[in-house]
Order: sequence, then C-alpha cells, then structure tokens
Amino acid sequence: MNEEIIIAGFGGQGVLSMGKILAYSGVMQGMEVSWMPSYGPEMRGGTANVTVILSDKRISSPILKMYDTAIILNQQSMDKFEKFVKPGGLLLYDGNGITRHPERKDIEIYRVDAAEEAAKMQSSKTFNMIVLGAYLKLRPLVEMENVMNGLKKSIPDRHHHLLPLNKAAIERGGEIVKEVSGV
Amino acid sequence: MKGNEAIAEAAIRCGVDGYFGYPITPQSEVMETLMDNKPWETTGMVVLQAESEIASINMLYGGAGCGKKVMTSSSSPGISLMQEGLTYLAGAELPCLVVNVVRGGPGLGTIQPAQSDYFQAVKGGGHGDYKLIVLAPASVQEMSDFVELAFDLAFKYRNPAMILSDGMIGQMMEKVEMKPFKPRWTNEEIAEMHPWATTGKPASRERNIITSVELDPNAFERFNLKLQAKYKTIQENEVRCEMINCDDAEYLFVAYGSSARICQKAVDLLRAKGIKAGLLRPITLFPFPTKQIQSLAGNLKGILSVELSMGQMVEDVRLAVGQSVPVEHFGRVGGVIHSPEEVVEALEKKIIGG
Amino acid sequence: MAIDIKEIIKPENIVYKKSSLLTDNVMHYCPGCTHGVVNRLVAEVIEEMGIQEETIGVTPVGCAVLLYNYIDIDWQEAAHGRAPALGTAIKRLRPDRYVFTYQGDGDLAAIGTAETIHACNRGEKIVMIFINNGIYGMTGGQMAPTTLEGMKTATSPFGRDASHDGLPIKITEIVATLPGTSYVTRQAAHTANSVRKLKKALKKAFLNQKEGKGTSFIEVVSTCSSGWKLNPVDSNKWMEDNMFPYFPLGDIKDE
Repeated sequence: MNEEIIIAGFGGQGVLSMGKILAYSGVMQGMEVSWMPSYGPEMRGGTANVTVILSDKRISSPILKMYDTAIILNQQSMDKFEKFVKPGGLLLYDGNGITRHPERKDIEIYRVDAAEEAAKMQSSKTFNMIVLGAYLKLRPLVEMENVMNGLKKSIPDRHHHLLPLNKAAIERGGEIVKEVSGV
Repeated sequence: MKGNEAIAEAAIRCGVDGYFGYPITPQSEVMETLMDNKPWETTGMVVLQAESEIASINMLYGGAGCGKKVMTSSSSPGISLMQEGLTYLAGAELPCLVVNVVRGGPGLGTIQPAQSDYFQAVKGGGHGDYKLIVLAPASVQEMSDFVELAFDLAFKYRNPAMILSDGMIGQMMEKVEMKPFKPRWTNEEIAEMHPWATTGKPASRERNIITSVELDPNAFERFNLKLQAKYKTIQENEVRCEMINCDDAEYLFVAYGSSARICQKAVDLLRAKGIKAGLLRPITLFPFPTKQIQSLAGNLKGILSVELSMGQMVEDVRLAVGQSVPVEHFGRVGGVIHSPEEVVEALEKKIIGG
Repeated sequence: MAIDIKEIIKPENIVYKKSSLLTDNVMHYCPGCTHGVVNRLVAEVIEEMGIQEETIGVTPVGCAVLLYNYIDIDWQEAAHGRAPALGTAIKRLRPDRYVFTYQGDGDLAAIGTAETIHACNRGEKIVMIFINNGIYGMTGGQMAPTTLEGMKTATSPFGRDASHDGLPIKITEIVATLPGTSYVTRQAAHTANSVRKLKKALKKAFLNQKEGKGTSFIEVVSTCSSGWKLNPVDSNKWMEDNMFPYFPLGDIKDE
C-alpha cells in the first residue's frame, strides 16, 4: 500500500492540519508517513498545500509530481493540481467557489460540499474534518479509532472537548460525499 | 514530528547544555520547540535568544570554551553571518554544533528549500584553512539522530560540526524514534574529560587559554599542519554514506539530503523501466565519500550529481572519479524542488542520451 | 645613609609586591600605557577575593588581546567586539564562576556595540571593563568611536570632524540607561588616588557578581602615548584637560 495525496486550498481552511491529522492517523495505524507542507507567506492567507504519503514501506521522495489523490478546496488549486492526478486516481473537491469543475475522464471524481455542511453544523472549524471524512469513506486506509487518536495527538489538550464535534463532522463527510464521474 | 522539532527534542535528550539562536525562516521551530519544552526546568539546558547570529555563534564559542555541549541553528543568511565565529571556533579547536536549514540564495533570496550552501559548509566558509565536520540528514529520523552524532564527532576531534539540512527536511513531518534521555555532563566530568576547557584554574594545572591567535609564524605554521593532520584523520575514519541499488548499477545518482530522497524515487522509476540506476547518498559531506564513489566508478556508464544548486557537490564527484566516468549535474534552484520525474528525464538526457 | 639592594629586599622592608596572579611574562604594552596598571589591579582584586579558581576572563581584539599572558587564570580570547557574547554564555553555563570581559573602545563601542548593549540589557551577571583611550592603539592609531572632536589620528589626519564622523560616543552613559546594569562607573588610573578608586570600583563590581546583581560596567579613561604621540606625562595632562571634560569621572549608576 502506497497512497500519495495532495491537499490544496486557501490558507486558513485547515489544509495543513487536515494533512497532519491524516498523517498522525497513519502513524497510529503503524504506517510509514510523510507530511510535506508548502510553507512561508502562503501560510498567511494565500494558497496552501500539503503532500501526505501513507505507505507500508520506507517512503522515498516526500515531494511528488503525480498523486494518487488530490483533495482540492479552491479554484486555484483545481487549476494547478487536476492535471497531476495519476490516471485512475481520485480527485475529491468541495464545490464551494468552484467555477470550472474538473474535466478529466480518466480519474474518479467525487464532490463533498463541506463548506455548506459546516455552515449547517454551525461551526466553520469542522470544514476540514468533513472533507477528511469524505476522503476516508472513499479510501478507508485508516480505522476511525486511529483517526481519533491521530486527532487527539495533533490538537492541543485545551481543544480536546471538541473531539466529539470533529468525530461527527468526519462521519457527516462520509455521508454526504457523492460521485460526480467514474473512470 | 517536523524535522526542526526533531532537532530540538534530540538536543534536550542527548544532554545539550546550551542553545543560542536567532529566528529565521525556515528553522524558527527549533528555538520555538526548545522554549516550549522549558528544558531549563528538567535537564538544566540553557536556551537563549541572542541579539543576532553573530552573537549566537560567539555564545557558542564561550560555552564550548567551557567544555559544554552548545549548539545553534539558523538558515543560510544567518549562517553567512556566523562565518567569522566559525573560523574562530575552528581556529580555537572548539567543539560545537551548528544546524543550517538551508534556503535559497544568494542574498535574502527565498525561504524555500535549497542546497546551495554546500561550498560554504564543506570548503571552510570563513577565512583560513579549516574544515567543519558536515552531516547531511535525509529524513526527520536523521535530523534527530545526527544531533548526538555531531556532538560525538565534534568532541572526538575538537572541531565544530554542522548539520546541513534544508527547508524541506526541516519542515516535513515523519515518524521518529527518539533516543532515551542522557544526563548532561557534570562540571566535574567536564574538567576531567576536557582538560583544555576554561573551567576555572585550580592550583593543580596551568591556566587554560582558549584562543585562535598565534603571532609567531613558525608556531602558527605548525598549528596549521596539526589541523590538516586532524582533517586527514577525519577523512580516513569518519566517512559515512548510504548506497541504494548500487551493486549492479550502470548509472549512479550522487545526492544528499532532500535530493537523495527524490533520487531514491527516481531510481525506482528508472528500475521500473529496466534501467539499472543506483544512488550513492553521502551522509558526511566533509569527509566526502571519495573512495566509495571511486569503488563504483569501474562499472558505471555515467554519474549524475543531483543537488538543489547550480552545481557544487558535482565538483567533488568529478574530483573523485576524474575523467574515468562522465559526470553531469542536475538541479533546480531558487526554491524550486525537482520532482523524481524531472530527475529521471535529466539522467536520460544528460547521461544516457549524452 | 645609603642602603644597598640587599637591605631593600629584606622581607620586613617590603611595602608593595607584585600580585601572585601576575605572571613573569614581560608585558607588551608601551611605556606609559594604562593597560598595565589596570591588568595589575584586576589581578590584585582576584587575588584578594581568593577567586582565582573561580574566575574566567575574556580578552578582546585590541591592545589587550594578549592579556591572558599576564594574569594566571583561565581565559578565552574573543573575536573583535564579541567578548560580551562569550561572557554571556560562560556565565549562563557556569553561574558558579566569576566572569569578566576586558575590552577597548573600538572593540566595545564600535564593532561590538550590539553585543555590549544587549548583554547589559539582559543584565548578564558579569563584569565589563572598558578601556577608553580614544584611539585604536593596536592597529596603529586610527580614529575610535570615542576619539574627541578635532583629535588627529591616522584616519582623521585633520582632526575628527563632527559633521563627518559624529561626536564621540558615550557608551557608558548609554548602558547606564539600561535596566540590566546594576553598577556603571567611569574611572581613571593615572594618579595614586585614581588607582585606589579604580581598584575599589573593580572590587565592588566583582562583589556585585557574587551577589547576583546585574551587569557591572567600569570605564577607565586612559591614555595612549604612542597613538597620541605624546610622552606619558604629557598624555596624562592631555587626558585631564581634554578627555575628562567630555568623559567626566564618577559613578553613573549604583543600584
């Protein structure tokens, strides 16, 4: 098993922390993982992306050109990364603010309206967990228990009271994700 | 854990006495992690934010002169400011650790990863004939492990050591196994183990003087010869490198740090195409694995030195093999990171097709 | 009645002797230089306090670079201007030791200004001794940050021009404004009286360190006969007439 993922969106959408939770979940499940963020001024409001690799072997390059999965959360990232999904790979996106929807025919495309759902849940902070839930539904690489342990590990103790809300968001993401087009 | 955090955690665990630093991207997490951990309450380690990199490196001089395990971390522009201090440390034969999480230059440059400080790290950097012991980690695990290794080598040879990393290894997260805690040396242990250190002069010994000045030309020539003999011993005994798929390789990548990780993937991609590629990853950049590269040269059709620079380490690869094998360089710069696919293409164009 | 040498060296006739901490190395200082006197006083203070085994000194780049040849304690020789950074780390890592720096005006108040100010601002528990003779002695008499207006040096051959070079910096007054300093004083060492006062100041500074007080900073307004191109007697007179009005003696801060 070797899953190479790019998560891309705006700074502030929780892109890096979602990647971190996924990476920690992988660690909890006994996998090799790497988490390689874009860093710098992007962190402060511009675009942000992170490459996460989950594998059962030693990971070679943490920097990639082609990905098994792209999780795309804004239009700029769609324009940048749609073409870098490997044929047969997965593109998962949030439709909010997307004006040009993905066009590839050789990949699986799924949509999760996480921003809308987060608004319904009255907590914008759950946005990235809804996306994560959608991804895990499609690629159940890590068990829920390990995801929760990963979550615990990656958020400060003072926020641990939010764990149930995050769990609900992850589950909700799995429920609302829908297929747009298959291979 | 991030590479930068692993450095900090390892420093506390291996009994470092003092960290002195100045913030600069992309390595500020080192000092932030230390401050967050408050090691002065547990191991007694001192952590101090200095007024500049110049002050930091000179604090290392003061601490190292007392026989203490002291370190700093910075990134390229900050390391340039430290060059004066580094040559004094080398001249006074003081052990210490300097971590350079390299970013792109010249000038203020970029905060993105680069490997363009190779010359500065391995060829001296400051004035005079001296060398640093230079370790190049290629994973977060090695960021952690090399802290202790660097101090071991630094004290063994009374020489400053450098961990030459980059923004990619510093910022990425991987699994790390941390080593158990080791106590810091006591002042009594230091006085015994490092009789050269300025610990306060007891009646039982002559006064200790930590200095790099010697105004008698003959004496200073002798000192320089002694330094060179030390570097020769290091070259003979301390080379470390990793060879991946080298046994039957016809094409060899030589790459360190983050580029080595990318080349490892490139080797897989090439092998899948039936091309016998291998990777030699120098772990020590000084001492450079010259003999190890030479030992492979006979079977090779070509070598590609892959670095995030315009071609620095490639000179040492060429020095190792001479005219016997074609040697080319490939590397993106300015903060752009080459992908494994680009590296494959470079090998095919520059070496296989060339 | 004439007494011969044998009479003079009888123990009961001794009125003064060299500190046991001063080595037998011949000092390289020029005749009339203030450094020799201050070196001797530092040795005496350390000896009298009985802290030879507990003291680590830091020498500068400048005329005092080889100071470690003269006083029998452990020493570190710093890069130009960086002595306070060394002193900071030594004291932080060996708080059980007495640590002092000994620097000239170029070292402390030009190239090392940042290190000086920030060590004082952090209140490093060290003693800083500052020899101010208004000139770069070691490199052959160039203009220093404390060279007086109109004073001729190798790099101000027509005299220091304030419109070009600014006025001499009063670094001692500057560090006195910093909350980290506990004792800031300006002394001299050209008369028996000033030597006694300076020694008292030095002792107080080392005692402050024992008590864990903030930085003690002692400026010694000094002469440089070679650089000033005056004989030692005239140098002292010139210092009194010209240096003292701009750099007045006395305690600036004592907390």
